[in-house]
Amino acid sequence: MSEPAPSTGPSVFAPWNDPAERPLIQFQNVTKRFGDFTAIDNLTVDIYAREFFALLGPSGCGKTTLMRMLAGFETPTEGYILLDGSDIGSVPPNRRAVNMMFQSYALFPHLTVSENIAFGLKRDKLPKDQIAARVDEMLRLVQLQKFAGRKPHQISGGQRQRVALARSLAKAPKLLLLDEPLGALDKKLRTDTQFELMEIQETTGTTFVIVTHDQEEAMTVASRVAVMDHGKMVQVDTPDRIYETPNSVYVADFIGDVNLVEGTASAHHRDGKIEIHWAEGKPPIVGTPMQPIADGTRCTFAIRPEKVHISKEHPEGKSNIMQGKIIDIAYLGNISTYHVQIPTGEIFKAQTANTRRIERRKFTWDDEVWLWWSETAGVVLTG
Amino acid sequence: MRRLTWFNTVSLTFGFAFLYVPMLILIIFSFNESKLVTVWAGFSTKWYGELIRNEAFLDAAWVTLKVAVASSTAATILGTMAAHVMVRGGRFFGRTLFSGMIYAPLVMPEVITGLSLLLLFIAIGLDRGVFTIVLAHTTFSMCYVSVVVSSRLVSFDRSVEEAALDLGCTPFEAFRLVTLPIILPAVISGWLLAFTLSLDDLVIASFTAGPSSTTLPIKIFSSVRLGVSPEINALSTIMICIVAVGVIATSVMSKRAIARQAREEKAAMQAA
Repeated sequence: MSEPAPSTGPSVFAPWNDPAERPLIQFQNVTKRFGDFTAIDNLTVDIYAREFFALLGPSGCGKTTLMRMLAGFETPTEGYILLDGSDIGSVPPNRRAVNMMFQSYALFPHLTVSENIAFGLKRDKLPKDQIAARVDEMLRLVQLQKFAGRKPHQISGGQRQRVALARSLAKAPKLLLLDEPLGALDKKLRTDTQFELMEIQETTGTTFVIVTHDQEEAMTVASRVAVMDHGKMVQVDTPDRIYETPNSVYVADFIGDVNLVEGTASAHHRDGKIEIHWAEGKPPIVGTPMQPIADGTRCTFAIRPEKVHISKEHPEGKSNIMQGKIIDIAYLGNISTYHVQIPTGEIFKAQTANTRRIERRKFTWDDEVWLWWSETAGVVLTG
Repeated sequence: MRRLTWFNTVSLTFGFAFLYVPMLILIIFSFNESKLVTVWAGFSTKWYGELIRNEAFLDAAWVTLKVAVASSTAATILGTMAAHVMVRGGRFFGRTLFSGMIYAPLVMPEVITGLSLLLLFIAIGLDRGVFTIVLAHTTFSMCYVSVVVSSRLVSFDRSVEEAALDLGCTPFEAFRLVTLPIILPAVISGWLLAFTLSLDDLVIASFTAGPSSTTLPIKIFSSVRLGVSPEINALSTIMICIVAVGVIATSVMSKRAIARQAREEKAAMQAA
């Protein structure tokens, strides 16, 4: 509390860009196999102190295995895991300064809320008054003072989730692991809890590693997101970069909604831009590649639906213009997604914010509309 | 409540008559005034009085009780350990073989178990007495305990134990502070089951008993060979009562407590 907060926002907090910063956790060429199945495949990544690091991926991508290796329930088949510079590969879970919040919460059903929270402190043989003080502090942190004497089955699901969080934070671990912590909560409670988690992470200054399959959750809470697939990290980056500049079709497709167009690049448009020829007799799409692309390379153009403009009139002086017919509308309240079919059969999704009331909406089914996007709105992917 | 059909009523009556009429007759005749076992001569509790004054029977009862308490306690400890290894030990080499072997004594003929134990005791020069019966009873009842306890362990979420480890418990502490309290009802009903099994075992006890360690079932069996006395009826009635209480307590324990615990545990797990 005495030192000034080192970061005021995500734009300032970026230890991964600072070569002098020492990572808290280092995975060095870690491989984990279960029989013939490779759960983690030669993975190397650094996680820094005070980070909120999200592991995101479909089930079976290895994110839970990675977390269980950090907790000590699994040991790597090959490679090293360093915590604060020392190898923890063979350290059993009870001797690691790492605590975990389980997906099932795993509360002790025979103990009260405060006994659950005190459980880890008692194992450290702390004096009684210190334990009591710490338990009080934790109960206050998660606002459960009134429920200290209840058993887990006497409180609600959201409250259990807080008990599990308080219990795992009580020992002030260097690293807290959260395994799908909000999976069992309903959507509204989940959103509230996400912000609470971020607040608690900031106040306690603990490093959090969260496993989730919910991309919105990962984007909301994390300082960096690692998108995983088949035991590898496809991209490790800040949420905005993951979304705006995915490094592969897999990431672009996994995070959010996207229009993907395959084509061949020809690299002599104005100021570093390229043309992508994607259909016979159609004007090429003009895009901006992140790195130079050789002529004739097969590539995929990816553009987010909210970056595709939709209008009834032909947009004058714009590039990347297409005409099509609305075949479907997904109305989500705050936004609408229009599925527009162009004459060659492809469907483009365009999204607009519903800033006006629904009866004033401009488009409806079977309307002929124009789509267009700027030359820098999409990304050109070769992976 | 649904009413029973006449067919079910008949099945129920015949089934239960088949099971319980012999015992009922024994209980009725234990209150017989007459010395002749099969002739009813009016109600009396005098044979219960005779029983209390019969030193030989009381000695045998005392031996039986000691054996039952000692062997069921040992069987519970061993059986719980075995169950824990089988359910939680992961897939170590020979696991299937071991778990099969734990359950094998359930179907092993008692005569064979008794005989093999007798041979073992003779081979290692162990004098037969209360101690050998305790060993023998522990051997055959621990597999029953193991069955009861492992069925409970299977139904309980492993992550609770992992949470204990994660919070700083050694594996033994995790078992003592978390696993054991949660599976306690199953452990207790395992103990009660082992206790009743030991109480009424005749075959294995007669193989492993020594001259100074006659258990009640052995005593009853040998006196019956000299002729059934109403005293035996009274003794048997008492044993039926003890066993019945044991069995009922076991099933109530397992039904109620295990169900309640499982519910609480499930509630402690997830919101949904």
